[in-house]
Amino acid sequence: MTNKNSWFKNSWLMNTWLVAIVVSICGIVSVPANALSEVKMPEAKIQEVNIYSARKEALIKPLLDKFTGQTGVKVNLVTGKADALLKRLTSEGMNSPADILLTTDAGRLHRAKMAGVTQAFQSKQLESAIPSRYRDPEGQWVALSLRLRPILYMKGKVDPAELSSYEDLANPKWKGRICIRSSGNIYNQSLVASLIAANGEAATEQWAKGLVANFARAPKGGDRDQIKAAAAGQCDIAIANTYYLVGMLTSSDAAQAAAAKKMAVFWPNQKARGAHVNVSGAALTRSSKHRDNAIKLIEFLASEEAQQWYAEINGEFPARIHVPVSEVLKAWGEFRADTLNLSRLGELNTQAVMLMDRVGWK
Amino acid sequence: MRQSLWDPVVIAIALVLAIPVFVIVGNVFVPAGEVWQHLYSTVLSDYITNSLLLMIGVAIGSLLLGVTAAWLVSMTEFPGRKHFEWALLLPMAIPAYIIAYTYTGMLDFAGPLQTSIRELTGWGYGDYWFPEVRSLQGAAIMMTLVLYPYIYLLARAAFLNQSLCVLEVSRSLGNGPWKTFFSVALPLARPAVIAGLSLVLMETLADYGTVQYFGVSTFTTGIFRTWYGLDNAPAAAQLAAILLLFVFVLLTLERYSRRKARYHNTSRGQRTLGRFRLKGWNKLAAILICFFMLLFGFLLPATQLAIWAIDTAAEVIDEQFFSLVMHSLELAASAAILVLVIALILGYGRRLNPTPLIRSVVRIASMGYAIPGTVIAVGIIIPFGYLDNLLDSWIRNHFEFSTGLLFSGTIFALLFAYMVRFLAVSLHAVETGLERITPSMDEAARSLGCRPASILSKIHIPMLKSSLLTAVLLVFVDVLKELPATLILRPFNFNTLAVKAYELAADERLADASSASLAIVLTGIVPIIILNRSISSHGERSLGER
Repeated sequence: MTNKNSWFKNSWLMNTWLVAIVVSICGIVSVPANALSEVKMPEAKIQEVNIYSARKEALIKPLLDKFTGQTGVKVNLVTGKADALLKRLTSEGMNSPADILLTTDAGRLHRAKMAGVTQAFQSKQLESAIPSRYRDPEGQWVALSLRLRPILYMKGKVDPAELSSYEDLANPKWKGRICIRSSGNIYNQSLVASLIAANGEAATEQWAKGLVANFARAPKGGDRDQIKAAAAGQCDIAIANTYYLVGMLTSSDAAQAAAAKKMAVFWPNQKARGAHVNVSGAALTRSSKHRDNAIKLIEFLASEEAQQWYAEINGEFPARIHVPVSEVLKAWGEFRADTLNLSRLGELNTQAVMLMDRVGWK
Repeated sequence: MRQSLWDPVVIAIALVLAIPVFVIVGNVFVPAGEVWQHLYSTVLSDYITNSLLLMIGVAIGSLLLGVTAAWLVSMTEFPGRKHFEWALLLPMAIPAYIIAYTYTGMLDFAGPLQTSIRELTGWGYGDYWFPEVRSLQGAAIMMTLVLYPYIYLLARAAFLNQSLCVLEVSRSLGNGPWKTFFSVALPLARPAVIAGLSLVLMETLADYGTVQYFGVSTFTTGIFRTWYGLDNAPAAAQLAAILLLFVFVLLTLERYSRRKARYHNTSRGQRTLGRFRLKGWNKLAAILICFFMLLFGFLLPATQLAIWAIDTAAEVIDEQFFSLVMHSLELAASAAILVLVIALILGYGRRLNPTPLIRSVVRIASMGYAIPGTVIAVGIIIPFGYLDNLLDSWIRNHFEFSTGLLFSGTIFALLFAYMVRFLAVSLHAVETGLERITPSMDEAARSLGCRPASILSKIHIPMLKSSLLTAVLLVFVDVLKELPATLILRPFNFNTLAVKAYELAADERLADASSASLAIVLTGIVPIIILNRSISSHGERSLGER
């Protein structure tokens, strides 16, 4: 039988684990030290700002680095899912280190405001740069980019004259021709919320039934996936946010770029309320300890330079007025976007999800 | 440690680790409004049916693969056996959602395979049949491919440690290999196989990434839909509580079903029992079975990841990438050791004094494995935030300075989450090991005046060596892959490989995500090889030296 000595003497395996133990102890010991050093330092003197971001790192970090380069203010970032970050913010209460909450949809900005973790702030710059419909009426959050969700159609298979509105997609002529992702996705929830706002719940439910009957396949995958499926011939129409199409057009993956080139953008509902729009945006937290820097950063993200970056690199439309957009976006032409107050999307979100549950939109 | 100290220590640790479970269950009493009526009349039956079907599918698949492979490599001899021994563990290093994305990339309608079929034949959509990867069956297959190693690993260790006398008796009574397997070896390995299976099922229940991408609505997607979409956190927590109840019943039934059985060996084997030498068709079949498991579970997806990584590595790998690897390694190593220590204390405590109270608190503490990571994370965020704010206001009142948040947003919170989430993994390995040690060993040591702590360190730990290594390395690999809790609990400016891979993959930038995914796989391979060496050398020793 293996005795005590051979267990301890036993070779390189034991050494490996000794190293692992030492590494882990160092890791654990260094943590409280960090935590303490943060407490002891007088907060006001550190030039920094802390962000909880639902926007993924790759899509925001370059801008934050630019801000640090220009102002010398260090930006600390945690990314994650919006509702989970919101939970963290709520539980941490007034001691939360976060100064800014960045989200990728208006509904979550609204939720944060309702949860009481944001505060109003004033900025002349933001007021003149961002149209009022893209700002919270009480000044608690501001939109930073517009996310349009038009109808994408397969060139040659669909005559754009056949297309008119989101409402029309429930028409039986589209049977088996539409690709759209699951109703678990916030962009679909917002789209349905905007339809409830425009047409009422009963009419929207009727519409959603028709739409589900027209699906080419059970919903799966993300927005890019719908575009790929359409390009491959699985359906004729894909509903997707425009920046995914831009991402595919400019992708280094030849197959993705080729698929995207087969698709064209149709701006629906142009005769009335306009195409569905959601926003990404920023809110100032109630617990913010670097208020000035936080506002400075939000102003920077709304500056002409940053807004142009959103359009060039992310393929989103700028929230700021009079910002030149990239060639790709320009090629899709002028359009009218829905002017519905964005808070309504948040308010109607639950109703929209229940409606989609009822009509069997997976 | 004194005997009298074990019980309170075990109970205290288990209760602290059970806090997130209690937080979730506590929501049962929060009124959730009319949403239950809505769930019941629309989606609930879907959630339940799909979760059950998925569990059944994964259970059948991973039992078949795991037990077959374990038996082949531990009890028979065929060409390549030594290499398959460790290679069959490799799929464990691939996160389930990554293999799901990878197979979708290859086999989907718009993927290269089907596209070339259409180009060759001129067919269009609907003209031909092709299995749909993104379906319930597809999800079951994906999870089987990466989860069977849990059963394989534990079953193989059990087969290798089985008393050879028993097998020899079976063969001398004229039982062939098949009869010996089904009537002696498999029943004896049952605790290990069941332990592996319950890990597999808990992991299946907790999965979110795969089912969400495949559009399969399960309990987990339902929890998030209720929370994010319906904005009803209490109802979401109540759904999670049902999930917990389900797991609790499952675990209790499993324990109950073998309440009287004992699995320790009274005698250890004296000499090597020759492996069954496979010949002819049997040999070929064994090679092919192992090869295809390796091919689909690892070689194909890893090759695809490598091809993507070659194209994109230049853009993705920068100086930051190295710090991702370091963060992942440090977290995984610290968590693995911490969890092991706790699992040893709890597992041994339960062996010392298996009162109903101790057994139930330990079981509750180890249920975190079945809960989606994000839900666990919320179960940690809430009490930590509360504790931090309480401490802060108390210190402010008495000492007039602010401590801020001491635990929230630190590595400590993250490690705590891993303890809650992965205790089950470590505990299962430790307990199956402990069950094989006869209690008369403890009694003998006690009669010689040893205290429990020294029995643990002088007798059990040395005898448990391979189980302990298994425990450490399983948790190590699990933490490497862990995403949701890491995502939400980590400190500022702290990323891991899993976070990086997820952020890119979630944006459907699979090619860009491949470098980080491949790094997870490669980092996971090293401990897997160490683990394998230890198990087989331990097994061989027990076969040979005594």
